[in-house]
Amino acid sequence: MTLALTRRPGLARLRAARQPLYLACLGFVLLVVLAALLAPWIAPSDPNAVDLGNVLAGPSAGHLLGADTAGRDTLSRLLIGARTSLIGPLGVVVFSTVAGVAVGAAAAWRGGWLDSVLSRSTELVFAFPGLLLAILIVTVYGEGLLAPVLALAIAYLPYVSRLTRSLVLTERERPYVAAYLVQGHSSVQICLRHVIPNIAPVVLAQSTVNFGYALIDLAGLSYLGLGVPALTPDWGRMVFDGQTAIQRGYPLSAILPCLVIVLTVVAFNVVGERWADQVARRDR
Amino acid sequence: MTRTLDIKSLRLRLPDTARPVLDGVDLHIAAGETVALVGESGSGKTLTSRTVLRLLPKGAETEGEVDVAGENVLAMTPQQLHALRTGRVAMIFQDPRAAINPLRRVGDFLTEGVRLTGTLSEQDATRRAGELLEAVGLSGAVLRHYPGQMSGGMLQRVMIAAALMGDPVLLLADEPTTALDVTSQAEVVALIGELKERFGTGLLFVTHDLGLAAAISDRVYVMYAGRIVETGPAEALFADPRHPYTRALLDASPRLIEPGRRLAAIDGQPPDLRQELTGCPFAPRCRFATGLCTTQAPQPQAAPGAPGHLAACHHSDRLAEGAADA
Amino acid sequence: MSFARFAARRLLEMAATLLGASFVIFGAMYLAPGDPASFLLSGRSASPAALAAINQQYHLDDPFFVRYFRWLGQLLHGDFGRSIEYRTDVSKLLADRLPSTLLLVAMALVLVVAAGLALGWIGAVRGGAVDSTILVTTTVAVGTPSFVAAILLQGLFAVRLGWFPTSGTGQGFGDMVWHLTLPAIALALYLIGMLARVTRAAMLEQLGGEHVAVARSRGVPERQVIWRHVLRNALGTVLTTGGLIVSTLIICTVLVESAFSIGGIGQLLELATTTKDFPTVQAISLLIVGLFMTVNLIVDLLFPLVDPTVTLGARRSTA
Repeated sequence: MTLALTRRPGLARLRAARQPLYLACLGFVLLVVLAALLAPWIAPSDPNAVDLGNVLAGPSAGHLLGADTAGRDTLSRLLIGARTSLIGPLGVVVFSTVAGVAVGAAAAWRGGWLDSVLSRSTELVFAFPGLLLAILIVTVYGEGLLAPVLALAIAYLPYVSRLTRSLVLTERERPYVAAYLVQGHSSVQICLRHVIPNIAPVVLAQSTVNFGYALIDLAGLSYLGLGVPALTPDWGRMVFDGQTAIQRGYPLSAILPCLVIVLTVVAFNVVGERWADQVARRDR
Repeated sequence: MTRTLDIKSLRLRLPDTARPVLDGVDLHIAAGETVALVGESGSGKTLTSRTVLRLLPKGAETEGEVDVAGENVLAMTPQQLHALRTGRVAMIFQDPRAAINPLRRVGDFLTEGVRLTGTLSEQDATRRAGELLEAVGLSGAVLRHYPGQMSGGMLQRVMIAAALMGDPVLLLADEPTTALDVTSQAEVVALIGELKERFGTGLLFVTHDLGLAAAISDRVYVMYAGRIVETGPAEALFADPRHPYTRALLDASPRLIEPGRRLAAIDGQPPDLRQELTGCPFAPRCRFATGLCTTQAPQPQAAPGAPGHLAACHHSDRLAEGAADA
Repeated sequence: MSFARFAARRLLEMAATLLGASFVIFGAMYLAPGDPASFLLSGRSASPAALAAINQQYHLDDPFFVRYFRWLGQLLHGDFGRSIEYRTDVSKLLADRLPSTLLLVAMALVLVVAAGLALGWIGAVRGGAVDSTILVTTTVAVGTPSFVAAILLQGLFAVRLGWFPTSGTGQGFGDMVWHLTLPAIALALYLIGMLARVTRAAMLEQLGGEHVAVARSRGVPERQVIWRHVLRNALGTVLTTGGLIVSTLIICTVLVESAFSIGGIGQLLELATTTKDFPTVQAISLLIVGLFMTVNLIVDLLFPLVDPTVTLGARRSTA
């Protein structure tokens, strides 16, 4: 699901005027991350504590955001669920970024057969939507978080490696690289100490946008019951649990996780694109 | 007889600028006359020529009048403007490569204006396009070509032919040679001059090259920071500049008659658009500047005995003496 | 390069990539812990007879590559193997479920193209508050997963307002369209946002171009300027998203069909995954990958028509 155009000249000007939106999104990202980190301490009750007296209850002093079909506290589940819902995309982004940068840099720097092998396999991976690759792996390995995270990381890797490849190719042509080579520095050294730090902002901006997409894909898997184990609180899983409630006319326990997912993805997208724009402007 | 073009105290403001981008521009062209508008980039010369067709940037506010054959372009209804653009005024743009849609054939580009507005039938339009292509020295075969298959010089000829399609009374040429190589430049300049004679159109030639301007035009306007600083017949302006900026431009351009003479660069930068201007915009870079120049904006004044030669400078006479001394 | 040679080369490339994809899909089974027979039987009664049947059906005693090429040969004859869970031919399962999914995807595709292009167009041409509204709306759309859209639409329009059915496929064409309207909107929402943003950016780039100013200076009517010089030139960029749009639509039917209980390919894929019915998962995966490549091939072949200046095969790449 990653169609992220990192450079959109027409938008750059408009976005500059939308500073408040960016700040709001950045604030929301920080809020969600903080909630995930502090969840065990700030969650008002046990996310799995079943309270059958309060099934589908509305907001009250006992349950600030109401309770779900099993009478579990929605606020607690949202807070604890933030941990699983964010750790998965984080794994996808970290793995795909590290591996993608390594593969892309190697292909650009070495060229030749390595480069053509890379571009062939890139084409192959592009043919598999991330969700499909994850489903294929889940079929083989069974439910869980690790297998889909690895599958999505592989699906996202080509986007990072292709971006890195083109960035390294331009960076390599800059005079300072030749200067260091003449002074006897090794290619690996130059790459690690100069080239990769120089391209890092662009890659990180892209990875931030990828985070949002990975969250969408992983939440989708959880919704299908193919992601995290059934009892673990997770936003995608909560949407699934809430579906019966919505069909019975009690939408709150389904709408809240939906809202949190959308807001988080939008916030990560806006922040990532904003960074990409800033980097693009800096380069001009 | 009405003037083909008459710009009267044109003022143009853009959002986020502290002062008008065009500040009281007066410029006129008689029927069949060739007039050059000279200035460095950012001086407002391109904007002036585009205002004649009301091709304004978003958010632009205008004051003053731009009359084409007696009608104010700035006050025209969309229909009148449309008629003006399809017929009486045509523009030749700087970079033909950017100005012609690369995805459409040359024939389509030449005829679209008159065809889509119903001025000519498709057949007549194509026939006229063929004739004009021959007039600019190209064969009718290029009608089927895509712009990518042609050189810059050829494309600029196409651009000129396209400008003549609607039988204009006024041609606006916005640095038509800047994007071309040297040999094509000379050809294109000669071609524009020749066609102008043949079709009897007025011509506004916008350029940053004072020498070129003097060579092809009857009269010259020199523009600086959105104002006309000097205007006059080409020879007079060349021989006896009455504004220090014109003088500096002349000193900065290489001339074949005096090889070996050092070129004098103009120190400093043109004023920033985000700054308010008091007094003469050229004062910070002018070696004649006095206290008066920074406080009071000079008004255009005629040279003694030459009513058509105006300069907006408090020290025109000192400049003339200085030139005599040198 | 002539068009025929270009088409032939692209076709060969596609066949090679498809071969690679089929290898990945077939080989995935061998990533599972334990031997293939127990993986294929996982959770089901593993009587010696069943084991023998599996071994015989999959020729599990043969070397890997022999099995792979036999499987490939069967695919070419339209034989996708037998479903372990449903005990019928996978091709029959697919044929039964294809119509509702095709209709759903077609409806969503129409929505994506119509709404995506229109919103991008209006945003780029109108500017101002209209543009800002569209920009914010599409930003939210791009951040909304299809299953979230499905749940919210279902809750509002089916449960609360009762305008549409909450689930099922319906009988007969009109009824099917009625049943599939909400699912199609849910499926399309993300892609509408994506396409609108791509269209808008591409059109803005063209709008800033000198050739647009030239066309205006020559009195070409504004509608024609937009049509002939802006939209026309932006079309190439828009077209390259075609493969991505179609493959995203199909894979997301997994989520949307599950939310609306639609008996289509997506629901089949979900059921096959939870029951570890590997032959069915293989077939659907191959179908999705094949469709993505076919659409990309068509885009590649159409590209010279849209952009005559481009040399064959040198189009800007997807994503």
